[in-house]
Amino acid sequence: MTGRRLFVPLAIFAVLAAIPLLRALGVPIGGSVVLIAGRIMIFAIAAMSLDLILGVGGLPSFGHAAPLAIGAYAVAMLDAADRNDALVVVPAAMAAAGVFALATGAVALRTRGINFIMITLAFAQMVYFTAASLSDYGGDDGVTLSERTAFAGLRLLEGRNFYWTTLALLFGVWLLLRMIVRSRFGRVLAAIRQNRARVQALGINATAVELVALVIAAMICALAGVLLANDAEFVSPAYTAWGRSAGLMVMVILGGLGTLHGAILGAAIVVLFEEGLGRVTPHWPLVFGPLMVMAVLFFRNGIAGIGGRRG
Amino acid sequence: MADPVLELDGLHKHFGALKVTDDVSLTVRPGTVHAIIGPNGAGKTTLINQIFGALRPDAGRVLLCGRDVTRLAPHRRARLGLARSFQITSVLPAFTALENVALAVQARSGSPFRFFRAADGDAHANRAALDTLDRVGLAPRSTVLAGSLSHGEKRQLELAMALASQPLVMLLDEPLAGAGPEETARLITLLGGLRAQCAIVLVEHDMDAVFQLADDITVLALGRVIAHGPPASIRADTAVRAAYLGEDF
Repeated sequence: MTGRRLFVPLAIFAVLAAIPLLRALGVPIGGSVVLIAGRIMIFAIAAMSLDLILGVGGLPSFGHAAPLAIGAYAVAMLDAADRNDALVVVPAAMAAAGVFALATGAVALRTRGINFIMITLAFAQMVYFTAASLSDYGGDDGVTLSERTAFAGLRLLEGRNFYWTTLALLFGVWLLLRMIVRSRFGRVLAAIRQNRARVQALGINATAVELVALVIAAMICALAGVLLANDAEFVSPAYTAWGRSAGLMVMVILGGLGTLHGAILGAAIVVLFEEGLGRVTPHWPLVFGPLMVMAVLFFRNGIAGIGGRRG
Repeated sequence: MADPVLELDGLHKHFGALKVTDDVSLTVRPGTVHAIIGPNGAGKTTLINQIFGALRPDAGRVLLCGRDVTRLAPHRRARLGLARSFQITSVLPAFTALENVALAVQARSGSPFRFFRAADGDAHANRAALDTLDRVGLAPRSTVLAGSLSHGEKRQLELAMALASQPLVMLLDEPLAGAGPEETARLITLLGGLRAQCAIVLVEHDMDAVFQLADDITVLALGRVIAHGPPASIRADTAVRAAYLGEDF
């Protein structure tokens, strides 16, 4: 059973690893391809964390850009205080996002369905306007980093290292989430998506399980935020704009809910459309929207679900 | 007489002006089947919901083994030994039959916050789940997705999930609804055999089944208890005949 299930995700990682390797060997791959692939991987980490709550847990969070932005702002704020070590930045970013998810999730989980969508959106908007009001950090305009985050003095997020670090983190996050999904916690979370009352009747506190899932997802997403800030060397409130949250949802749904590696494919498609079609016309969503609708109609289990069943 | 496992003490519940539960008290003895019967709209499901905690009564108490659980959330009551099946079949459709029951076993045997070991590699849970499926006659279907089971099989599966949590009291809300004659016969035998393991509160419209299985019967009409006692006395009760059973029963 594992052979076929592992083939597609491992093939994806092989392709991602091949891009800079082939380039180093002299295959004509433009530098922009590496940059775009790096961006895809960053959003794939964020989208994969959303897949845990949206795909596995059935919680339609429309505010997942908030932990992304919190992670990015953690980098900017610590940078302003001259703290650029990942040993400080990453735990701080993850802790901040985790606390945010714990507090907002406790409120949001009192609602279901559309109300949950709206309340998570509202919390992300609060982060947006809070970020825009931080005049020490550029307010609306955002702030440029003075230095990238280093890991105990190692420049892991600069030059070529950035790509490999991001790929390693993406792979690590995939392994971690895969383990969580297959664990008892993951089974309970998937059961809650299917039938909440039934799970409660078995003696499980469904809300507590969902809250922990929200916190895990936010903490992983903050990691993507740290990478995003370093990638652009710039942080602005746009990171938590509602369109970003929607984009993450699109990645997960398009890629295939609950598949994890589908989020990487979804991220690839969204980023490629943004970069490719976005260069042709600023109205690229006009093309992308209908394609999205058709994808949902014809590939109900997403791209990762083509030719197979949802696991 | 043994101490009751479940006691309802003067429960009241109203929705607006409508009294759906009007001073209902009853006592469930261990190792017995206690049937709650009554015409549609008598408040049977509302009563089950109050016992289980999905609804909170306006007044009165629910006691589980002498402990007041009136204000506890459903999942807390479940952990104290209350299991239920739902009137509308309620399983986890994307899981196999075995996974459904294994989840029930795991829910009983500890915290859901275990992140590392694969859940489907839990040999203890799988064995217990398969045993339970075997008891309800569903073992040959263990690898089928619950969503693809027939209606009767889903009912059996629900029963297996309730059983797997090794409850003190099982609340069964119309477990025979929609079952064919053969399935009904099999379920009746099965339910009768469960008595040794836990007390059963049975809400059911199939009167043949009720009078075959029940040790005690409480009759509800318009939210009130109009009679309770052993089956023989209920059958003879004129008020019950008038309200529900009919003169020919």
